[in-house]
Amino acid sequence: MPDRILNWFWVAPEDRGKPVHWFVRFLNAGLAMGLVAAICFFSFSQLRYAWNWGGVADYRGLFLRGWVNTLWIASIALVLSTLIGLIVALARRSGVFVLQVLSRVYVEIIRGSPLLVQVSFGFYVVADAFKIENRVIVGLSALSLFSGAYISEIIRGGIESVGISQIESARAIGLTRSQIYRYVIFPQAIRLILPPLAGKLVDLIKDSSLLAVIAINEFTWSAQNVAGLTYSNFECYLMLFAGYLLLTIPLSLWTQWLEKRTRYET
Amino acid sequence: MKLNVRQLSKSFGNQEVLRDVNIDLEKVHSLALIGPSGGGKSTLLRIIAGLERPDAGTLRLNDEEIIFREKSLLAHRRSIGTVFQAFNLFPHLTAVQNITLPLEKVHGYRPAEAREMAESILQRFQLSEHGHKPPVQLSGGQRQRVAIARAVAIKPKILLFDEPTSALDPEMTAEVLDLISELREEGRDFVLVTHQMGFAHRVAEQIALLSGGRIIECGPPDQVLDHPESEMTRSFLQKVMKY
Repeated sequence: MPDRILNWFWVAPEDRGKPVHWFVRFLNAGLAMGLVAAICFFSFSQLRYAWNWGGVADYRGLFLRGWVNTLWIASIALVLSTLIGLIVALARRSGVFVLQVLSRVYVEIIRGSPLLVQVSFGFYVVADAFKIENRVIVGLSALSLFSGAYISEIIRGGIESVGISQIESARAIGLTRSQIYRYVIFPQAIRLILPPLAGKLVDLIKDSSLLAVIAINEFTWSAQNVAGLTYSNFECYLMLFAGYLLLTIPLSLWTQWLEKRTRYET
Repeated sequence: MKLNVRQLSKSFGNQEVLRDVNIDLEKVHSLALIGPSGGGKSTLLRIIAGLERPDAGTLRLNDEEIIFREKSLLAHRRSIGTVFQAFNLFPHLTAVQNITLPLEKVHGYRPAEAREMAESILQRFQLSEHGHKPPVQLSGGQRQRVAIARAVAIKPKILLFDEPTSALDPEMTAEVLDLISELREEGRDFVLVTHQMGFAHRVAEQIALLSGGRIIECGPPDQVLDHPESEMTRSFLQKVMKY
């Protein structure tokens, strides 16, 4: 039965979207993962490298502290940058000219320049001038402002995708401006905002590694230190690899779940 | 209703869409606005709906002057029901939720009350079985009937219809027009913009023909549609009645 076996591995265009048997899903998931594992295994088996996990294990406390710091720094930045994005998007759409210009300038400058430069200038110039000595506050602000610029554009795009006729209908039934946003625009815009927002938040988690340059002891900083102390670069990179995935995959799954919840037919 | 429009003018950029429009109607239940596209009838309706501000002129509805400032316009919009050509309903809400949204958030009814009101009006409009459906699962005619239900549910002092059947397939038109006729028989006041001359003849007590931003003729259907005075009305009617 060659046809039947073929159907374990592919689906005809006209059958797309139909439910797939659990066995077929399981088989193919295993196949894909096996492929990835094989490539990794082969690559590492070719490597002539004296693994030294003992060094890493000695400093596991440092890793854990770094990972936990990254977890909460990224969490706070996640909330802050979404808030900033929302406020900037609304400022751009407001009737106040200076707010419109400010939000444009902000987005262009932040998106157009490297985060590394922003963090360094933010810490050594701006924070210094304003006598802010707490590195974490500076780092958090820089990170949130950086992500907020992208997120504001994502949110603005979502808001503008809601048709003018929807806003007309909302005005006609007597909703106020803020009610229109709350009950009509956002529930419809969120569908389009969520997928790119999820991607940006995952980026944010990884970008938090740049705070190492101002010596905040987050995950990447601790890995760099351990690598320096024990000469075990690869071990430390593997720790980073696994540690960041441990943060980003749950976030990805959560936003996918949110996407399903906010979905409606159009 | 009593409607007094005085010297109403409105331009969009260089384009003058209404020029010195005057209407005086008393004890009229239904007014139909007809005329060629771009003649100003939709703009006039939108000004009555409180969605557009005139550049000059005054408007009185039931002896109340409409103040064209955002705050009083909001109150005005809350007291009337407007139904557009299409896309009236919110796609992320079910039919019932579309009706309860203004009841709860604008008119302050409690959720249970609002739901009861929505269900009873859907039942009256023979839409009960569709209450739980989002708009995408309704036919075009059903959607417009739900939109009318939403407008009626708030007990508006006047209903405004802006070409309510223009975006519908022909076989859907009848159910919507039937519903408007029923509302007419109940004695509800409304202003209707339409291209359906036969329907306008049947439901409207008064018909106003707008062209080039002016009222060309205004009067009862027998007069405006059957014995038009102006050449412009005759040529317009000839064109729309030809097929």
